[in-house]
Amino acid sequence: MKKPFLILPVLLIASIIAAGQDKYFTKTGKIFFKCTQTSSIEKIEAVNNSATCVLDTKTGNMQFAVLMKGFEFERALMEEHFNENYVESVKFPRSEFRGQVINNNEINYSKDGSYSIKVKGTLTIHGVTKDVETDGILQVKQGKLFTNAIFNIKLSDYKISIPSVVSDKISNTVNISVDCTLESLNK
Amino acid sequence: MKKVFKRILILFLIFSETKNLFAQGVDLLKLVEEDKPKKTYVDYAFKSPRVINSHSIEMVKPGVLDFRVLHRFGNINKGLYEFFGLDQATIRLGLDYGISRNLTLGVGRSSYKKEIDSYLKFRVIHQAKGPYSIPFSVLVVAGSTINMLRANDPNRKNYYTSRLAYYYQLLIGSKITEGFSLQFSPTVVHRNLVPTANDPHDLYAAGVGARIKLSKRTSFNVDYYYVVNQNPTLNLQNPLSIGFDIETGGHVFQFHVTNALGMNERAFLTETANKWSKGDIQIGFNISRAFQIKKKRKS
Repeated sequence: MKKPFLILPVLLIASIIAAGQDKYFTKTGKIFFKCTQTSSIEKIEAVNNSATCVLDTKTGNMQFAVLMKGFEFERALMEEHFNENYVESVKFPRSEFRGQVINNNEINYSKDGSYSIKVKGTLTIHGVTKDVETDGILQVKQGKLFTNAIFNIKLSDYKISIPSVVSDKISNTVNISVDCTLESLNK
Repeated sequence: MKKVFKRILILFLIFSETKNLFAQGVDLLKLVEEDKPKKTYVDYAFKSPRVINSHSIEMVKPGVLDFRVLHRFGNINKGLYEFFGLDQATIRLGLDYGISRNLTLGVGRSSYKKEIDSYLKFRVIHQAKGPYSIPFSVLVVAGSTINMLRANDPNRKNYYTSRLAYYYQLLIGSKITEGFSLQFSPTVVHRNLVPTANDPHDLYAAGVGARIKLSKRTSFNVDYYYVVNQNPTLNLQNPLSIGFDIETGGHVFQFHVTNALGMNERAFLTETANKWSKGDIQIGFNISRAFQIKKKRKS
């Protein structure tokens, strides 16, 4: 009768170790965004090179976090307006995505190759959480995962309003592209 | 034995189920993110590098050229005949350039006394949050002014140096909350040539500047100096300016009322004669337009 109680912690530890090996991460993920109005010559775009991403290949769970202050614009004034007037990065310093690769079982993470993925989850920006869904590409190459995805969101969905004086420059539709190279968490 | 195996099996099933449940809500990011917060600088204490007349604790961002057009109209109490002072205007055109994050260079020319002024502004301490946080910023400003009026006193030999004046400022300020910034600015102005023996060559002043944010794009600003050793025979006043900053896309407009006609430190500290109590005040407005001269490196 003593045996189960001995086996239990062994199973527990084993499963935690196993779980760890299934996870991939990066802290230097790239996130680009563009919200230039189609007719405008003034480019409104920025890049953040320090997005954090973790993917659990076993469950397909995928999470992103990014600090809004880390977005770099070509013009300092745009960066100031982005932080001060639009995303209010002091009040809402972090944006997050929490979701899942819904076709996770179609991907063989142990075999090199390119797979198209479907990701679904919730995106939190400016304190507002909304459902998003996008297609992307995941490449498995020498133990690393290269992920790419492009999707659009609407600023008005996230309670970010554009004053009419600049509506000819800033588009309500933001094009976001994500580019991450994930490495195994337990090496 | 069978009973034992059965129990193990049940336990295993329960456990694997809970593990899956746990995985659904798990915070994967916690696995890789460091708990300790990073040091972050506090920026945007003021909308522009000037409170109204005085330098603010805000710098011009590196690579940015700030073109400033400053206007001061005539006295409001002159009535409708002078269109409340709007018939007269003095201006200062200025260019401020952000050499680096902590160094700004600026030049300007005022129509009043045809004066050219220039300054260097250096940030010694930058307000920061997180580890090694500092609750305030400290800046030093050193400037000079040159009076370019033609010499009109034939009884005196006119030296070039007589046209010069200098000012030195220490700015200590803090963005106390998102909506409230406050700064103190002890200042000394040195004039090489003073009008009378009663005028001190070195004039000391203590300045206070504040900003209250009214909305994302507008703020209420106050800019005041107490001049310590003003010439007592001239009935000169302490400069006080009160106004609003309004930001539209690429411009910052500063609308205000002030009793100071001068738009550089020498002029508004040593020559402010108008009295608030008499309504001898002027409407003024500053326009600031920022140009990005050097593009930020985009990786």
